[in-house]
Amino acid sequence: MGETFAQKVLARKAGLESVVPGQIVTLRPDHLLAHDNTAAIIGKISGDLDRYGIVDPEMPIIVLDHVVPASDEKTASNHKKVREFVKRFGIKNFFDAGVGVCHQVVVEEGLALPGQVLVGSDSHTCSYGAVGAFATGIDRTEAAALLLRGEMWLKVPHSMKMSLRGRFRKGVYAKDLILKVIGNVSAAGAAYRSVEFHGDIRNLSIGDRFTISNMGVEMDAKAAVFPVDDITVEYLEDAGVNRGDYTPLWADKDADYFSEHQFDLSDIVPGVAKPHRVDNYATVEEVKGLVFDQCFLGTCTNGRYEDLRIAADILKGEKVCPGTRLIIAPASSRELCMALSDGTIQTLVEAGGMLLPPGCGPCLGAHQGVMSPGERTLSTANRNFKGRMGCKEAEIYLASPATVAATALYGELTDPREVLD
Amino acid sequence: MRVWRYGDSVNTDMLFPGKYTYTCSTAEEVRPHLLEDLDASFAGNVKEGDILMVGDNFGCGSSREQPVLGLKAVGVQAIIGKSFARIFYRAAINQGLILIEAPEAVDAYREGDEIELDLEGGRIKIGGKEHSFPRLPDQILEIRDAGGLLEYTRKKLGQK
Repeated sequence: MGETFAQKVLARKAGLESVVPGQIVTLRPDHLLAHDNTAAIIGKISGDLDRYGIVDPEMPIIVLDHVVPASDEKTASNHKKVREFVKRFGIKNFFDAGVGVCHQVVVEEGLALPGQVLVGSDSHTCSYGAVGAFATGIDRTEAAALLLRGEMWLKVPHSMKMSLRGRFRKGVYAKDLILKVIGNVSAAGAAYRSVEFHGDIRNLSIGDRFTISNMGVEMDAKAAVFPVDDITVEYLEDAGVNRGDYTPLWADKDADYFSEHQFDLSDIVPGVAKPHRVDNYATVEEVKGLVFDQCFLGTCTNGRYEDLRIAADILKGEKVCPGTRLIIAPASSRELCMALSDGTIQTLVEAGGMLLPPGCGPCLGAHQGVMSPGERTLSTANRNFKGRMGCKEAEIYLASPATVAATALYGELTDPREVLD
Repeated sequence: MRVWRYGDSVNTDMLFPGKYTYTCSTAEEVRPHLLEDLDASFAGNVKEGDILMVGDNFGCGSSREQPVLGLKAVGVQAIIGKSFARIFYRAAINQGLILIEAPEAVDAYREGDEIELDLEGGRIKIGGKEHSFPRLPDQILEIRDAGGLLEYTRKKLGQK
């Protein structure tokens, strides 16, 4: 019997010949990601840091992104503590406020590599499956323990195989697919398991794969992983990583799966997640005409250049519907610069969009774009939980950048296929 | 002892709203906001020894450990659930908070039933009827029993 990706990658990292699902392994992850919550993480172990220091300054990647620039004295003090910590322990992989959302930065800097194991004190760490890494979220306490000791346990998960075939029709995107997948398997459908994507992935850019892997945790997957192909290799080369710097792994053809699922991409249509659950799926057609007060284009899920470009193509020469606000938060400064250089940003701002700095922005409700009770946002983010955007009497729907742009144009939920020529 | 009952897919935003995540980190800061968007009566009324009885996928969403810190600090004896979200489950081990995955027990429970927990034996008695639940592997119990992951880590570092 062959092995899954999760079995192979965890065995290699743990220094074992082979492992089986359910087995507990001890390993040292290639990287540990933390963001603004680094302040809270190091606050737990200030005495220990004086005594033991950190185990390896190469291990942490720290990105300030959640509340940037700081919104008040408390968040500013947190950022300051993080900068001091970085300096004190000589942490090389530090990205200050404005560089971008942590997950986007990790991937575009070439810090997550095929066949690696990464953990992060953020649930969307699973994004790095887009480039063939096994990546999963942990809590702050575990991050603190890793800084001190560098070692952790992981239970080898069972795996689910998602086979993709065909290609998307016009106006349909990776976001529509992953919303449909989560709707099908449910928010707990991949609990404790690793999800592997197989089949026709050659039409999916790294950005598309990122959108899909990013939302793996919304079905409670431990990891959500794509195989490595020429697209991955080329993307990493552009990020300054040579082909010889990593050793990809992938599942055997006869690997044993917990379950197998098939998706024909040409069957996927524009979709949304309705409040207040990510698995509360509907097609755009089913809820067409619903009025939105705010449209949000951005986040690690869909704030890349290609997402902004799709929206700009829809909004070019047009104006956002009066009564609807459009907020744009690019996933990183690099993506922002690309969108600046070809006029994408100008198009979006001329259409009436409000541009925020690269960062998490309104996604988590800490600042920027908070709604009033009774309001409704259509967002390209990954979560629509009650209260997520800072107001529990407001509603969040999730959709693709194209659906968000088309909806911003008319002020009501609009199928992007109707506005794309 | 009171039993607080909640349904399926209770997420971390309901347990501890995201707007507080960068301003409240310690158990004391977290306590007044515990379960704020799920049950506004919880934080003011929960007592040491209380039990939470919950549905599927409890704690899904963010990697937010504050609800776990808070529930441990107020003295919640255990959370008995049908299933738990992965990061929440791990966070509970790391804080020494007891989670029991026992779907049959959750279905069997009726308001007012006596609950007896036998953690060592992996058994739970509800209204006189016994249900079993899987015991954690020793390697992981060692973390929980040390009082949580930081205590465990300090012990290991001290042994060096």
